[in-house]
Amino acid sequence: MGFQVFVAFGPWNLLLLLVALECSEASSDLNESTNSTTRHEPNVQFAAASSEPDENIPVFVLDYDYVQIPYEVTLWILLASLAKIGFHLYRRLPGLMPESCLLIIVGALVGAIIFGTDHKSPPVMDSSIYFLYLLPPIVLESGYFMPTRPFFENIGSILWWAGLGALINAFGIGLSLYLICQIKAFGLSDVNLLQNLLFGSLISAVDPVAVLAVFEEARVNEPLYMMIFGEALLNDGISVVLYNILIAFTKMHKFEDIEPVDILAGCARFVIVGVGGVFFGIIFGFISAFITRFTQNISAIEPLIVFMFSYLSYLVAETLYLSGILAITACAVTMKKYVEENVSQTSYTTIKYFMKMLSSVSETLIFIFMGVSTVGKNHEWNWAFICFTLVFCQVWRAISVFALFYVSNQFRTSPFSIKDQCIIFYSGVRGAGSFSLAFLLPLSLFPRKKMFVTATLVVIYFTVFIQGITIGPLVRYLDVKKTNKKESINEELHIRLMDHLKAGIEDVCGQWSHYQVRDKFKKFDHRYLRKILIRKNLPKSSIVSLYKKLEMKQAIEMVETGILSSTAFSVPQLAQRIQGTKRLSPEDVESMRDLLTHNMYQVRQRTLSYNKYNLKPQTSEKQAKEILIRRQNTLRESMRKGHSLPWGEPAGAKNIRYLSFPYGHPQPASRHRRVAEFTDNDSSDSERPSIMFKEHSQRDLPQERYPTQEIIPMKSLYRGRKPTNFRYQRNTSQEEHVGQGRRAALRPKPLFRAVDEEYESGEESAEEASAIGPGWPPEHRPSREHHKSHSPLLRRK
Amino acid sequence: MGSRSSHAALIPDADSLRRETGFSQASLLRLYHRFRALDTNKKGYLSRMDLQQIGALAVNPLGDRIIDSFFPDGSLQVDFPDFVRVLAHFRPADDEDAGLRDPREPEPLNSRMNKLRFAFQLYDLDRDGKISRHEMLQVLRLMVGVQVTEEQLESIAERTVQEADEDGDGAVSFLEFAKSLEKMDIEQKMSIRILK
Repeated sequence: MGFQVFVAFGPWNLLLLLVALECSEASSDLNESTNSTTRHEPNVQFAAASSEPDENIPVFVLDYDYVQIPYEVTLWILLASLAKIGFHLYRRLPGLMPESCLLIIVGALVGAIIFGTDHKSPPVMDSSIYFLYLLPPIVLESGYFMPTRPFFENIGSILWWAGLGALINAFGIGLSLYLICQIKAFGLSDVNLLQNLLFGSLISAVDPVAVLAVFEEARVNEPLYMMIFGEALLNDGISVVLYNILIAFTKMHKFEDIEPVDILAGCARFVIVGVGGVFFGIIFGFISAFITRFTQNISAIEPLIVFMFSYLSYLVAETLYLSGILAITACAVTMKKYVEENVSQTSYTTIKYFMKMLSSVSETLIFIFMGVSTVGKNHEWNWAFICFTLVFCQVWRAISVFALFYVSNQFRTSPFSIKDQCIIFYSGVRGAGSFSLAFLLPLSLFPRKKMFVTATLVVIYFTVFIQGITIGPLVRYLDVKKTNKKESINEELHIRLMDHLKAGIEDVCGQWSHYQVRDKFKKFDHRYLRKILIRKNLPKSSIVSLYKKLEMKQAIEMVETGILSSTAFSVPQLAQRIQGTKRLSPEDVESMRDLLTHNMYQVRQRTLSYNKYNLKPQTSEKQAKEILIRRQNTLRESMRKGHSLPWGEPAGAKNIRYLSFPYGHPQPASRHRRVAEFTDNDSSDSERPSIMFKEHSQRDLPQERYPTQEIIPMKSLYRGRKPTNFRYQRNTSQEEHVGQGRRAALRPKPLFRAVDEEYESGEESAEEASAIGPGWPPEHRPSREHHKSHSPLLRRK
Repeated sequence: MGSRSSHAALIPDADSLRRETGFSQASLLRLYHRFRALDTNKKGYLSRMDLQQIGALAVNPLGDRIIDSFFPDGSLQVDFPDFVRVLAHFRPADDEDAGLRDPREPEPLNSRMNKLRFAFQLYDLDRDGKISRHEMLQVLRLMVGVQVTEEQLESIAERTVQEADEDGDGAVSFLEFAKSLEKMDIEQKMSIRILK
């Protein structure tokens, strides 16, 4: 009865899978019914395996019970994945609504099917499963992908907002609902204060990250982004802590017995739980970072170490009744920096992807379960409670946003505008967390649990769908663009130039804030932590050869796409072009403008970009690679031609004997750094495999003081022939912007011409040579013995 | 790192710099810290190499030109006052009424004209006061991806110069440049918020 699942166009596949699901559910029903009876099925095909011994050996046996749970879970996950594929196939959809909408719809669909076929769904979610298996991956992922530098820069505001905001929301909603419950007319008087408070705490768990993807293009500024992210990160933890404390209260006392002492104890407990969790997380983070220092020979277990230690931190914290969520978050944040440097490139990628996958699976399961609960008979609908819940959620969120930000703005160097605050208010979308907590309310203590669940579901649906879909337009509206009219080519070009210029100058200015604390931490980090936690002798050769292969591959790709790209508009006649008096037709101008718009390099986004459900495709990387390669080539050419560089240095002056290889290069151990980070150290884009960008060539020019840095050539493309040119710099400064330097002559050659020079150079292995071969006109065939630098280039000039 | 107040004394000519550039004391201090952080060998000035250490500039298509703009006239070093003077161009425009400004004083560095001049020099490499077609083409090359062919670029450069060129000399002078951008909000485009 297995159904083949094959990937095809989304909706059709959905349909197919639904049919599959239905049949399998139906068959399982059939199975159950046959199991329950002792009658033989006359049809041999459906003989149940577990009934009385048959006289004949059954030819075909079905045992659905055995696989039911994993089978259905797998089907659900696959269904959600297919739905996501379909979702992303329609390009406009992800910008319209958050992906959680999609997951909820899928969940509701599955729920409808299960309900419709009267199938008993496997108990996927109970308290232990949720807290032990489903929740940690989600939290781990958000902790790992959190950009650390902006987080710590804004940490005061974030803690203030997330912590107090959650508390205000929880207590505000709880108390207001309690007041509503007191009104006899609504029939809610049996819901006491504690229960209301508990409900308030679970309903205030927001998941604003889910909507981030929707208004990302509006270029939300970095602190705002960080606020939302930080809130999402800490919010779950805080709600769960509150939830647990309040449950403890509910269990241990009758309402009348609660004394102020208990309340104080509760507060103290809150603090201890939070801080203790973070403490354990940090310890485990350091331990795992330390261990990854030694795993160079078995890099296959590196992801395992990362995951297991994070999970362990969670479990240990939970054992001690501390906050496991905060522990795992702290662990992820701590260990990320060191692990990234220690771990091999493939492990790094594996960790990222696996984390996304795990969290995606968890969330999918929770949403599906939510869908299953939605379509069912176990609801209790109470108009008053539900409506007031909705109202109070919005009201209290507004109150907390505006009040808290008003206060924190007094202390910030860059205060949040009202527009920002509106965005934060409106992004209070609830997610899977609230539902889980509501679902796991113990029925014994909460006789009206169904009502709570219903109310939670309504709030989630409302916020996710209505707020989720309208937040995009709202943000775009708030971010009113000045003009919509088309700009002339001049303006396009100049605007883009200025954007680049501004981004560049911003980079020169660097990040400004809390210098002292940060510098102190960096010094401490450099002096002690890195020595302990980061590997010493990294196998550079594998890195270098990896770079070489990657560069080659990329260069091939780039050139191939360059050559194959179509010329969009008709090129004006050569003769007229020279005169410069040709009047181009409007269509030409139009197409020219489009060409320009689409092909100009994007300005480097300093704002972060985090997508909860996806790892972004790295288009900006491609762009950066192009720029880098182009610069290398112009640099190389200028050097070769013996041009005097505009800044007046004698050309090819000291054509520096730089070592071609790092082996045996004496390195002061204290200044050893494996990779030079390309962007800011704690840079936002953790998605970017940072190693890609660590290569750079440094043209060594005469300078007053010999660089105290180690120079290691990285572009082994040029290894054979130009030992001087390429290396990447290991920066020993404590500067965050470790980087590469590069000089380029100011006459960049068109890239594709330059690139094939790369092919000529460098020692190529046979496979690479053949790879290049087909793509190239015969005269550019690489020659291995080709060590003369000048001729191929001069030939082509 | 010591208390902050002592650093004010470390900045040479802080007051005259402040007046000239319009930065606040706090901003000046921060810039000083940044200058010193960039100055890896503690030379007291920045060389090109120091600026090239900024990784992000390396993938900025205009990275080299931006660095060059710190080193006018082919000098090899930039000291703190010059550093600050360049950055002063990007200070957000003051809201105070420009009318009250003393017309005899030189225009503040972050005026619209000065911002435009700064941008202009990114194009005009040979400093002849005009952007020739060749220079425009070079900038275009820097800023456009590889898939655009040479001919296309040349046409675009051609067209760009044509659009802005009014006196027909085949090059864009500064005034023509400024005129072509008169509708744009330069003050906002070329202002960095934190530099107040």
